[in-house]
Amino acid sequence: MSQAEAPESEVPGTDSPPRRSPRRWSLGLLRSEIGTTFRRWRTLALLAVLAGVPVLVGIAVKIETGHGGASGGSGGGEGGPAFISQVTNNGLFLVFTSLAVTLPFFLPMAIGVIAGDSLAGEANAGTLRYLLVAPAGRTRLLLVKYATTLTFCLVATLVVACSALATGALLFPLGKVTLLSGTSISLGEGLLRALVIACVVALSLTGLAAVGLFLSTLTTSGVAAMATTVGLLITVQILDTIPQLHAIQPYLFPHYWLSFADLLRDPVYWDQLQKDLGLQALYVAVFGSAAWARFTTRDITA
Amino acid sequence: MPSPPTAGPRRAVPAERERVIETRGLTKTYRGGQLAVDGLDLAVPRGSVFGFLGPNGSGKTTTIRMLMGLIEPTAGSARVLGEPMPGAGRRVLPKVGALIEGPALYGFLSGRGNLLRFDAADPTADPRTRAERVGQALERVGLAAAAGKKARAYSLGMKQRLGLAAALLQPRELLVLDEPTNGLDPQGMREIRALVRELAADGTTVFLSSHLLDEIEQVCTHAAVMARGRLVVQGTVADLSATVLGSSGGGRLAVTTPDTADAARVLKEHGVTDLDVTGERVTGNLPVPASAAPPAADGPALDLADLNAALVRAGVRVRGFGAARASLEDVFVQLTGEGFDVAG
Repeated sequence: MSQAEAPESEVPGTDSPPRRSPRRWSLGLLRSEIGTTFRRWRTLALLAVLAGVPVLVGIAVKIETGHGGASGGSGGGEGGPAFISQVTNNGLFLVFTSLAVTLPFFLPMAIGVIAGDSLAGEANAGTLRYLLVAPAGRTRLLLVKYATTLTFCLVATLVVACSALATGALLFPLGKVTLLSGTSISLGEGLLRALVIACVVALSLTGLAAVGLFLSTLTTSGVAAMATTVGLLITVQILDTIPQLHAIQPYLFPHYWLSFADLLRDPVYWDQLQKDLGLQALYVAVFGSAAWARFTTRDITA
Repeated sequence: MPSPPTAGPRRAVPAERERVIETRGLTKTYRGGQLAVDGLDLAVPRGSVFGFLGPNGSGKTTTIRMLMGLIEPTAGSARVLGEPMPGAGRRVLPKVGALIEGPALYGFLSGRGNLLRFDAADPTADPRTRAERVGQALERVGLAAAAGKKARAYSLGMKQRLGLAAALLQPRELLVLDEPTNGLDPQGMREIRALVRELAADGTTVFLSSHLLDEIEQVCTHAAVMARGRLVVQGTVADLSATVLGSSGGGRLAVTTPDTADAARVLKEHGVTDLDVTGERVTGNLPVPASAAPPAADGPALDLADLNAALVRAGVRVRGFGAARASLEDVFVQLTGEGFDVAG
């Protein structure tokens, strides 16, 4: 506790230090938020699990084909995840298989954890009040949290895709890609399509991210928000498989998730993809607005 | 920045813009009908060190949260630094440093990392000077050596210091400190008091909530007392002692002597009231000067030396002689009652 903390930089007339206009929307908070999120052990563990799935699938396919059953092609896709029969012929298909395997639960669960914890976790730790008093601004903080969750969606998807590509390249041959429609494209174009597919998968998760963010504004318990988001996901996924509920199924956010396979056709079938992205946009609009309405008026008592 | 009147006229009503905090009928009813704050009219003059007192559950923290824009008032208005809250939060809050209901930190970040993050949340903070300002704030609260440690491993006192450092990241016009010495060792408390005085000397208004009355008495120029959501009294600390304690406001005299009867008689002749004899000790209230209005902080008008001489002249053998000034604790207990139970 020294009295001599006086040397106030070299600014002359330190009475009014250089302050920037509060109106400027700096990216400082976003950078801090993304940095903080991706430095947490929890985030890294989630990504590690996601990266592990393609490796497991790849090894399982390798062992299975090693025991005989040649390419297992006779069974086609029946009984296994999409594209799994093509993996032995072309390692690139492990990317599509892995995305198809992780999209129903692994990926959205990870998103649910990050989105659910985004605001509720801060409230639980009490840091929310200090961010708001800083002042982060409620709308700005909400946008930063959502942007960080979306970043996580993209990173998580790319982690799955890259891990799958590496595993596929290591265990299986790579080469020309035969599309679902029967035409062949070069490996380069195949990689490009894989990248587009990863982006579409990431976009497919934006609706759930908005739902998670909204749930996160409702409570001061990070665990409760995470559990509710994941619970909701499981419920909706189950509802989506009950034939009697076909009337509501087109409105459930995961309904068109697996439509990314249509990008592997020539020409590409856009119908389902458009429905998927439109549905996600609807969810983002509805739950994003609800989150905003809730968060900007809420009493912060934690 | 208008220069604050460091030793301004105490009794004059501060001009409108000289009030750093001003509330009118500020009221908060929580869902379920619990009235936490009831028609609060608070006025904190610029440049003061303002003690905000009240028993647990009296509405202090709710008030502070409303002032900081965290809670929407049910009725009434609050102005901070001359602008309405919570509406003008983006303009007001960068000039306010706050420690609200104890520190809250990211356990997985280092002390320095925590400050960097809170600073990044302030859109007016210049990122180019961020590292430097964080370093200065850490230095100022004595945490420079532990800056690299994860905040999870900090003791309560260290967390408290880090919370204070976050409030000191920028030069502030107003500091709102809710229980700042909570969890600190005596050494730390002294340092915080010194820091508060130092900041006040620089012209920062300090709004200090505490239930350590001793601490408030040592550093505050003004105080307000809340009980059950209502403001009981506010004013300068000296005024409070004088008006609230009334007859006993002059302080209490204690004389130790074997000749208790004689001593009591002499003291009574000199206007000491409410005499009490226990063993070899005679205690009584010193008289308040006739013109009770200007509360001279330097003790009662009756010259104690004369009183002592009178005792000796009367043949009283004096072993001990001393006067205890009325403390803020007396004021507090007088206003909020002796009861230990928190208000429902």
